[in-house]
Amino acid sequence: MSSADSLATPTWRGDLDDRVSKYLGRSQRSLKLVRGRETVIYVILIASGLFSLLITGAIIYVLAIETVSFFKSDEVTFANFFGSTTWNPLLGGTKSFGIWALICGTMLVTAIAMSIALPLGLITAIYLSEYAPRRVRNVLKPVLEVLAGVPTVVYGFFALMTITPILQWLHGGFSVYNAASAGIAVGILCLPTVCSLAEDALQAVPRGLREGAYGLGATRFDVSVKVVVPAALSGIISAFLLAIARAVGETMIVALAAGSLAQATFDPRQQVQTMTGFMVQMASGDVSNYGTEYYSMYAVAFTLFIMTLALTMVGNIVRRRFREAYE
Amino acid sequence: MSDPTTLANEAAAIEPRPRDGRQTHFTHSREQTSEPTTLAIRVRDLNAWYGDFQALHAISLDIPANRVSALIGPSGCGKSTLLRWFNRMNDTIPSAHARGSVNLGDTDLLSRTTDVVDLRRRIGIVFQRPNPFPKSIFDNVAFGPRLHMKLSRTELQDVVEWALRKAAVWDEVKDRLASPALGLSGGQQQRLCIARAIAVGPEVLLMDEPCSALDPASTLAVEDLIFELRRQYTIVIVTHNMQQAARCSDQTAFFYEGRLIEVGATTTVFTKPKQQQTEDYVSGKFG
Repeated sequence: MSSADSLATPTWRGDLDDRVSKYLGRSQRSLKLVRGRETVIYVILIASGLFSLLITGAIIYVLAIETVSFFKSDEVTFANFFGSTTWNPLLGGTKSFGIWALICGTMLVTAIAMSIALPLGLITAIYLSEYAPRRVRNVLKPVLEVLAGVPTVVYGFFALMTITPILQWLHGGFSVYNAASAGIAVGILCLPTVCSLAEDALQAVPRGLREGAYGLGATRFDVSVKVVVPAALSGIISAFLLAIARAVGETMIVALAAGSLAQATFDPRQQVQTMTGFMVQMASGDVSNYGTEYYSMYAVAFTLFIMTLALTMVGNIVRRRFREAYE
Repeated sequence: MSDPTTLANEAAAIEPRPRDGRQTHFTHSREQTSEPTTLAIRVRDLNAWYGDFQALHAISLDIPANRVSALIGPSGCGKSTLLRWFNRMNDTIPSAHARGSVNLGDTDLLSRTTDVVDLRRRIGIVFQRPNPFPKSIFDNVAFGPRLHMKLSRTELQDVVEWALRKAAVWDEVKDRLASPALGLSGGQQQRLCIARAIAVGPEVLLMDEPCSALDPASTLAVEDLIFELRRQYTIVIVTHNMQQAARCSDQTAFFYEGRLIEVGATTTVFTKPKQQQTEDYVSGKFG
């Protein structure tokens, strides 16, 4: 065909063709190297992933084993552990391991903390994202994030030395160690977490949605509350759950300020012991590393683990339910 | 530039072209097609800036009521800036400021004391990308009315149905008002956004390249709708698409580098432009 004729080898071709086909052949060989490297990288990645899985598995294994030996003891029964509100593992002849006393303490402190951190954090986030001029925001946000970097022991002392006296001055009924003081400090601790994550979620809402609402004559408040917050709800709920998880697991503040008397009370003026607070007491005190009271620490830890796991799972379900895709 | 009154008359002289597109099923009592036009928006000597950059230079322009006015020109010519001053959308940009006068009837649109909320109720806007809220179809249309009026449930339902019928999207969504608006196609979403804008009872509808994110079929549907809506609303449309301006507008204003080069009846601007720049642009030599 004539078109084939016109494609006849031009004079420059012969040499260059040979050389280039040699280069291309070489690139074929290096492809094997590339594949090999891909495999190595793949294995490293898999190994890293498995590592964290393995660690988690090991922790659960240890917790489970020690929890089993706790329940094997003659001094404790399932009925006592899950059915009693008296937690008295150390003193006297009548030991009692009613976990509800500790759960109650944890829930009380967490509830107080969240009643401060969630509304205040969300309101601050709305202010920063929707109202604050850029300059204010650029100053305020880093300051808030510094708050998150303060060691929790400092918050613990702050609770004990500042918040408690103020509470006692306001109302005589507060004991030196009390749930309210620790709860407030934990709330302040969680505030930056809530605020920063919620603000990120609000900022991620597309500008087009805000303009759409402004274009209909919405005020800034309308836009924030009726459009931006609902659109960012899934991110806001994530922020809340992370804050709750942090509050439940917070240790230093409650160990310092909440007290060490485990009692099932919902009175914030009383001293309470949280699950984490008890574990610190056990791990740092001079209890022998055997005996039922020692193993009770693992049973408490396992319960705490189950609680945070449940919280995370519920969180994922709730978040999926509230998920509002933008586009 | 030509005298405003001649302009208005020129615009009025264009008869509504017969269209084979969708008809709205709702017939409004105030049919106003061929009456002479009145003035809707009056722009005089408007200069606008973003920071130090002057985006608009001494713009004077009349927008006739119940007509479609197209603002055309290459990117960055200031047409969107002008549109966004009509409903003070530029207030959301801290560096934006303007001098001059823009009037809607007796209302000075640029005045500091103007009630921006009420202004935006009277002048609705539809954006380039369909931006329905992540809510149900019903809640999207009901959003505006809920802001501005106290309506009972049944009254609200009436308003929503009316707006959706006006926007020629009712038949497609009437069986799924409670489902998420984001499940609609792009064209349906844009008509939903038009319904949402209509639902607060505006006098003017601003459209910022309303079809540029849509496929050709949806574009046709929205253009039909725009043409239909001008019976009741004053429409200002910014477009990059010259065919679109030619197809669905009565008056065309050509902008270049922040200046109004030419304005006139669409047929005149497209067939016998007075300025060389306009001719080059509409004939596709640049832009």
